[in-house]
Amino acid sequence: MNDTEAEELVERVLAGEQRALARAITKIEDRRQGYRRIASRLHEEAGDADVVGVTGAPGTGKSTLVDSATDVYRERGDTVGVVAVDPSSPYSGGAVLGDRIRLSSSVDDPGVFYRSMSARGSLGGLSTAVWDAVQALDASGKDVILIETVGAGQNEVDVVGYADTVAVVTQPGSGDTVQTLKAGILEIADVYVVNKADRSGVDRTVKQLEQIVEGRRQTGSGHQGFIDDDPSPESDRVEDGGWTPPVVETVATTGEGVDELVETVDDHLEWLDRSGTRRIKRVQRYSEKIRDLVRQELATEVSDKMHAEGGLEAYAQEVADGETDPYTVVESLVDD
Amino acid sequence: MIAKVGLDGHDRGARVIARAFRDAGFEVVYSGLHNAPEEIVQAAVQEDVDVLGISILSGAHNTLVPRVLEGLREHDALDDTLVIVGGVIPEDDEEELLDQGVARVFGPGTPIEETIEFVRENASER
Repeated sequence: MNDTEAEELVERVLAGEQRALARAITKIEDRRQGYRRIASRLHEEAGDADVVGVTGAPGTGKSTLVDSATDVYRERGDTVGVVAVDPSSPYSGGAVLGDRIRLSSSVDDPGVFYRSMSARGSLGGLSTAVWDAVQALDASGKDVILIETVGAGQNEVDVVGYADTVAVVTQPGSGDTVQTLKAGILEIADVYVVNKADRSGVDRTVKQLEQIVEGRRQTGSGHQGFIDDDPSPESDRVEDGGWTPPVVETVATTGEGVDELVETVDDHLEWLDRSGTRRIKRVQRYSEKIRDLVRQELATEVSDKMHAEGGLEAYAQEVADGETDPYTVVESLVDD
Repeated sequence: MIAKVGLDGHDRGARVIARAFRDAGFEVVYSGLHNAPEEIVQAAVQEDVDVLGISILSGAHNTLVPRVLEGLREHDALDDTLVIVGGVIPEDDEEELLDQGVARVFGPGTPIEETIEFVRENASER
């Protein structure tokens, strides 16, 4: 694909053509010829969307919640993009992407674009793949973009952590639910959601989360801007320029509480702008992206070079024969 | 993508196929039960799938499958999507579906390896 064709594809994406958007995402994801041109053009056109990450343990109803929130956004006229990440098999690398099953809201609605992705991501890794797709959705004019990941691997937690707003989803449980959440996932929450709040034990889970929030207030851990010293009870939202993650109860299957969740996300986004935090977050996001891209480019370059000189195997043989060592090999490949 | 059209509630076969493809290294979008043809088209377009496997057991293939094909055509997506159908399809109907753009119909008892092999060989290079 030459520059003219790439430009043509981008124009079609900007015009809102679904097929073009889908194709552009694939081309970038698979690093097909011309992808750089497409990605950088889309980057130019992007930047207006609010990006909301939704993560949590398996079975907490994230997909249904995303579907339900999509309804709320659509009702008020916002267009929505969804990137849903499913785990991939560590053995075959394949994946069954099943989150689309929960999707009921968007049939034949051009205002919703839903894309599944496996946790393997792509040649460029999961983070790059997800954020490239987000950028394409943004450029195509989506107002809100939801990223859904299982908060199981560090990889997936990292990806969602760069969203403007992060919602961590839990459910009422045996009391251990909150504790069993992957370390690192609680800290990135801007909003806690207790889904399936029609079940028993909800109060307890809410209380546990509130205690965690309180703990974060005291230690000042978590996102920037979070630190605040005022312990007064009415200060459970925004004050002193800080943000204290609220706990929202939802029943995604009926839509109960989802309006409130969307309003809470709105509050957080507004706070991001007011406090200047959105820009800080974006700088972090782009730092990570640049770092990823540099890593990939270098890796590709080196592996091409290695391939040209007989491949990894040949080097490994030499090392095994005692002719050289891994460090010298790497140095010879990287230094020049 | 593996999709189930029609109103029958049996998706065991579709699930087995989805997992077999996963184990063969494919990324499979599984769309669940009771999909309308329009939903399948929308999903196939948005996910930009290489292969669309339609599982249909209800006997309504003569009306449902052509609607999927038509939808893909409208999105200009039929040419580079390999469409295969699995289910109990009488021979005459099979001819008809193949004429309309289905690449292959797999009847009951087809070894899964055969299906995977077919997909590997025929999915479009794009």
